[in-house]
Amino acid sequence: MITKPGPQPPSHPLRLVVDLNRCQSYGQCVYAAPTVFRFHAEESLEYDYAPEGGVRREVERAAAACPVQAITLGGATEPAPGAHGDHR
Amino acid sequence: MTAPGAAGPRTGRIVVVGASLAGLRAAEALRDEGFTGELTMIGDEPHAPYDRPPLSKAVLSGRLDCDHIELPRVRDIDARWLLGTPATGLDVPGHRVALADGRSMAYDRLLIATGTRARTWPARAGGGLDGVHVLRTREDAERLRGALLNGPSRVLVIGAGFTGGEVASSCAESGLAVTVTQRGAAPLAGALGGTVGRAAADWYHAAGVDLRLNTTVRALEGDPSGRLRRAVLSDGTVLDTEVAVVATGALANTEWLSGSGLAADHRGVVTDDRCRAMTTDGNPAEDIFATGDIARRPHPLHPGRLLRLNHWDGAVAQARTAAHHIVHGPGAQHLRQPLPAFWSQQFGHYLKSIGVPALADQVAITQGSLHQRRFVAAYGLEGRLIGAVAVDSPRVLDGYAALIEARAPFPPALGATDGPAHPDIIDAAFPGRDTGGTRDHPGHTPSAIAPAPNR
Amino acid sequence: MTTSTAPSATELFARVLRHEHRADPYPHYTRMLDHPVSRLDDGSWLVSGYQEIRQLLHDPRSSADRLDPQNTTPKAARSLLLQDPPFHDQLRRVVTQEFIPRIMGMRDHLGELVARLLDAHISAGPGELDIVADLAYPLPVTVICELLGVPAEDEPLFGSLARRLTRGLDPVDTQTEEELRELDRARGELVQYLEGLIARRRSDPGDDLLSGLMFHQDPDDVLDPVQLRVTLGLLLIAGHETTVNLIANGTLALLRHPDVLARLRTDPDLATPLVEEVLRHDPPVQMSGRSALADIDIASTTIPQGSRIRLMLAAGNRDAIRFDDPGRFVPDRRDNAHLGFGGGIHYCVGATLARAEAQIALTAIARRLQEPRLVDDPPPYRENAILRGPERLPVAFARLGPDHTPAR
Repeated sequence: MITKPGPQPPSHPLRLVVDLNRCQSYGQCVYAAPTVFRFHAEESLEYDYAPEGGVRREVERAAAACPVQAITLGGATEPAPGAHGDHR
Repeated sequence: MTAPGAAGPRTGRIVVVGASLAGLRAAEALRDEGFTGELTMIGDEPHAPYDRPPLSKAVLSGRLDCDHIELPRVRDIDARWLLGTPATGLDVPGHRVALADGRSMAYDRLLIATGTRARTWPARAGGGLDGVHVLRTREDAERLRGALLNGPSRVLVIGAGFTGGEVASSCAESGLAVTVTQRGAAPLAGALGGTVGRAAADWYHAAGVDLRLNTTVRALEGDPSGRLRRAVLSDGTVLDTEVAVVATGALANTEWLSGSGLAADHRGVVTDDRCRAMTTDGNPAEDIFATGDIARRPHPLHPGRLLRLNHWDGAVAQARTAAHHIVHGPGAQHLRQPLPAFWSQQFGHYLKSIGVPALADQVAITQGSLHQRRFVAAYGLEGRLIGAVAVDSPRVLDGYAALIEARAPFPPALGATDGPAHPDIIDAAFPGRDTGGTRDHPGHTPSAIAPAPNR
Repeated sequence: MTTSTAPSATELFARVLRHEHRADPYPHYTRMLDHPVSRLDDGSWLVSGYQEIRQLLHDPRSSADRLDPQNTTPKAARSLLLQDPPFHDQLRRVVTQEFIPRIMGMRDHLGELVARLLDAHISAGPGELDIVADLAYPLPVTVICELLGVPAEDEPLFGSLARRLTRGLDPVDTQTEEELRELDRARGELVQYLEGLIARRRSDPGDDLLSGLMFHQDPDDVLDPVQLRVTLGLLLIAGHETTVNLIANGTLALLRHPDVLARLRTDPDLATPLVEEVLRHDPPVQMSGRSALADIDIASTTIPQGSRIRLMLAAGNRDAIRFDDPGRFVPDRRDNAHLGFGGGIHYCVGATLARAEAQIALTAIARRLQEPRLVDDPPPYRENAILRGPERLPVAFARLGPDHTPAR
């Protein structure tokens, strides 16, 4: 059983992903965080994986409101891996 | 040299080759499952893991920048990352992975997640011309986006599968003239069959796309400076175009495994139901696992077949399964395998699939109709429901999933208020198959024609 | 422990309907889960398992027509709740397109409304307020009236009609003759009021929801005058009674868990998952209904075509197969895909608004009421079994301070 960790602490950049296989276009995320999630055409969800500008609270509301819990927020505190060869 | 099995299941060195969605989620799952040893992530691309589905949609349309598709890292994994470092070889007895920079990495257990790449256009037919694109990576998308911004007089998309449809859709949205060639009689026919594919053809036409069915591209031709200028089609038509997008399918990234003794080819790596990679002699390699787009594995609902579930859901679910068996060893209990699922967004439609439509011999429209915006198609194989595709009806698919898991008969008796009382059973019309009836089952294990919509 | 034979599903269902169990029906809901799908003596089917409910909410073989023998309303004049595709989908699209844009960006305004309602009770010393009458009830009534363009002076009338009509959503067979007559009277009054409002808007349209629905450019023409009235009635009842109960149930949860109350006071973001947990643990809508359009094989049994199906949302939310420690109130529960708003094509249209109202109201309660405590625990409950909630929720406090930090 994999336990989902909490959302990442505010000092880390906000990252999110939506499992669009699970998504059923209920639109709750669009209503909760309209600058991050939107419908393209009628039912096709589009979203920003790395939104800027202090929308963490809205995105957390979107994730909590998703009826199928399809939104995953980043929880890592490690810096993102980069291209500069071998590093931790 | 390391003796195999020297490390306990929760310790030792695990090397994950492939730092995309499947590799990342597997690494996180390994830590979740209690792995405390050394973890190394090897990736050929120089980027932190990012999501590929938006490349052919929001990124190409300019609604989302490539910097905004980085995948969230769900938890800390305390890994050593070697990005921009392709693996070039595998020494199974020596437990080592060779890297392009000349180094080699020792492992106690190995997870192969190198995925697939876009099939390219042959150089002899104009593949090297400036203006010929594929779409698989961030760089591919940025290059293609740049080319589209130059306002080409016409974009040629070769292939009307999922990627081709999504690219054509994005181009048409941007107001560009688009021609799409498709070898078969309908778009998406390989994954969904010609019957549903014909509905998709209407979407192309409604978007003003010039769809050429039963047509291939004979050659791409350029000017003296090597820029694409024309395409010669199989019907003799010469099409002026400056941008061509090759969307003719994906190839598994298995070259680095050649000579390793694993059962790997351009279709992928064969695994057992615990995600253990199989060797050419038919036995599982105890310390080598494969997951994601590259893995071809059995599914309990389709005994005797290998499914390559190359899409998002398969990557995530399988990554967990792989991590579970890596950490808990041969005695681990089996995890329930979810049904394959995939989705696509094109021409303003949201298409979702559950089960394995590509294996079906028959199809029935159970809700809505092919001529309406919304419909659901149920897919049957030898009288059993094995898949369903919902167009702009995402909330009913769970109901079909339950029926598929229960091995319900085909056509399913639904009585749906927006469906026919007795749905017409139609030949699913998959290309290259007999029409109707039961198909021959060849002696070898056939592979599902794996849809590759989202990668 | 008693060793008597296990109560039948019929008996368990009767128990959750009985008013004496209204304050805590959950032991009976939990016992239903021993048999996720059961046939009742009246021939209907009781579904309590989470997975089974979810499947039926998403199953094309489920009709929203409850096959209520007492419901003689012609199909076209029934509300969205009882409609099936394709008409349902067309109607819902119209309602969504008009409703959702009008509620987006409303949080600040909701914060002002909540602040105003609590301001009326500011007290430097000990005092008491009824969370239902003084906050939970007027807030959604004001919101829905503002949305529809009901004049402020009509709010009390409109609100009381909604309360009277709520009982109509309970199973008819649980109601007395007098209750049914009273319902008819209330319906008549509502129709009369709405007709007047519609007539006024027709000659003088505004930018309110009612005008939007009336003049919606709708190729399918689903909103004829009758359906318009029915939809307005639904928005009124479903859109407010449920919110009253959500806020009241949330307040109860906070006051029964002082540690959670303290956390919410210092961390207003806790309101987000906390409201989801209220929707799971003590849902305002306890059950829903469907009927079978075909034989449905489920949980090792078959619900025959034509059967009435009762979906015990409150039981599914306590299914230990889906939720760890389901009886416990966990304010920051993860992966909380509860059934509080239903699911599938009938998923609550007003979920966004209800969430926002509850998040803001509960945060304000936590922040402004000093040392709040329940005067009665449990509080008295209303008769309704489906839209279940307290009749009154008196809360005593040591002090009710002014609003310093507006909620967001």
